Amino acid sequence: MTLLITIIAAICATVVWYSCDKRDSYKLGTLSLIYWGASLMWLMDFVFEYAELKTEYFNQSFADILNDSLLGVTVVAIGLIAWLAILLIKDPKGVFKAKFRKQ
Amino acid sequence: MACFVVPAVEAVAVTAAYLAAKKHEQKISAPKLANGNDAPKAEANITWSKRLSWLMGLLWGGVLLLAFEHFWHGEVVPFPPFLTAMADPEDTAEMLHEMATVGVSMAISVTAFWGIICAAAQAKLASVKKALSQEV
Repeated sequence: MTLLITIIAAICATVVWYSCDKRDSYKLGTLSLIYWGASLMWLMDFVFEYAELKTEYFNQSFADILNDSLLGVTVVAIGLIAWLAILLIKDPKGVFKAKFRKQ
Repeated sequence: MACFVVPAVEAVAVTAAYLAAKKHEQKISAPKLANGNDAPKAEANITWSKRLSWLMGLLWGGVLLLAFEHFWHGEVVPFPPFLTAMADPEDTAEMLHEMATVGVSMAISVTAFWGIICAAAQAKLASVKKALSQEV
């Protein structure tokens, strides 16, 4: 579920990056890269686990699925927090610069 | 257990390469910018620092989220030895095996994906340049 949720987040971020004209101002490419990087890494993790467990991998308990889903949502939130931190630190629109100049 | 450590090591190396490439490009572009005419030409290419910044985004993003996942599962702790598998020699051997298999596969797959992105971006840039030259 974590892999699935991260892939969905990566696809959404890429669609927003493609359709938004202000993609550079909002560093939307960085957000896409964060999710795609994690998706690829979890995909490799899945491949190795599937090779070991075969179809048993999909026979998970409801509690495991719920835990994985919660982890997936948390990971998406952490990705957004990381992106927001990068956006505020790099300040591509110069919002902080303008604000400090006024003061 | 600690598979994300391998991409993390790669991320550190790529960050160093990115900083070196950026410094090198600034050195090259500084005299050109002083002349004034070559600036648009420099923008029309995908620089190595730009390409490496994509790989950095993929690696650091993945490492951050995977490190959190390991923290969630109790495999990473915020105090020494940081990796719980380090406490037991049997677990350490299993962790090293996982790093050598899953970790290396992660690093290779991300790098391969980055290679595809770079090739696609280069091809797109070439097609746009061609279309623009035909218009003129």
